[in-house]
Amino acid sequence: MSNVTNLGRSGLSDWVIQRFSAVILAAYTFFILGSFLIHPDMDYVQWKTIFENNLMRIFSLVTLAALCAHAWIGMWTVSTDYITALQFGKRATAVRLLFQAGCILLISVYLIWGIQILWGF
Amino acid sequence: MLVSIYRYNPETDSKPAMQDIEVSIPADKDLMVLDVLALAKEQDATIVYRRSCREGVCGSDGMNINGTNGLACITPISAAVKPGGKLVLRPLPGLPVVRDLVVDMSIFYKQFEKVKPYLINDEPPPAIERLQSPEDREKLDGLYECILCACCNTNCPSFWWNPDKFIGPAGLLQAYRFLADSRDTATVERLSGLADPFSVFRCRGIMNCVAVCPKGLNPTRAIGHIRNMLISQGT
Ligand code: SF4
Ligand code: SF4
Ligand code: FES
Repeated sequence: MSNVTNLGRSGLSDWVIQRFSAVILAAYTFFILGSFLIHPDMDYVQWKTIFENNLMRIFSLVTLAALCAHAWIGMWTVSTDYITALQFGKRATAVRLLFQAGCILLISVYLIWGIQILWGF
Repeated sequence: MLVSIYRYNPETDSKPAMQDIEVSIPADKDLMVLDVLALAKEQDATIVYRRSCREGVCGSDGMNINGTNGLACITPISAAVKPGGKLVLRPLPGLPVVRDLVVDMSIFYKQFEKVKPYLINDEPPPAIERLQSPEDREKLDGLYECILCACCNTNCPSFWWNPDKFIGPAGLLQAYRFLADSRDTATVERLSGLADPFSVFRCRGIMNCVAVCPKGLNPTRAIGHIRNMLISQGT
């Protein structure tokens, strides 16, 4: 099992990215939940206006990037914990790489799709 | 008292089995689990386990006692089993079984070796000894007492999943013991050997190690200190 597939190439940077992205995700979650609480009767037009603000788009994009990094480090860790020779024998490396490739594909799709949604309309 | 013991001889058995043995315990006494094992061995001499000091010092009789890792010699049966219950003894989980309650500790020692568990100081030694202030000496309390019984590592899921890459609580406790030693000069080298994604960072901080350490040590806290040192060195 090699370390080359992890994001920061060191456990330390992975750990820092994981904590940092968690803070961003929490901030965004509170912000969105908060705005629902303040405007309980928000309609589509208001919702759209919020997202026409560039600051809001940047905040959303940063959060999306944080989510992708967070998800990748998490999934990489899960795969190197549970998809190893201990559980999968000789096929472990192949299965793990397949799983990781699937994660990368999904995360990229979400990232590109997200950017499209944010700047698409 | 009914004692259920894990039996496995890889040379003759195709798979492990539990053997139940009825052991009579003196009514007025709270024996240690190790004493009960000795009584069981009187009935069946083929039961195999390790022990040496029988007073919690050597670390050789770590085993899984009714689901919890501990030293048989200092675990009273009253603490392990509810009155009228059955005493269940299994080898430490996650390590290959050599026979019955004896496990192969090679990988545990390999992880221990990785942290260079000895003082490194390339300055010329003084005439008598390298001195240390009482305050600096105090920093080693709670670290040096480890007896390498492996109760902690074999209770740690991260060690179960990656025993060849994650150093594990016992090794990391010793890694910090030398990082914290004022007489050691290899701090930078030691830290750079620990920054990869597995050695330290597989610790998920669930404190399973702390829960079972028979010496009352706290590897999770030591791992936190190592992580903080890595962060301040890396930034
Ligand atoms: S705190 Fe870390 S070392 Fe201790 S049991 Fe949990 S994962 Fe293992
Ligand atoms: S830290 Fe505690 S449980 Fe772990 S090996 Fe040392 S004495 Fe045993
Ligand atoms: S026999 Fe030495 S610690 Fe139990």
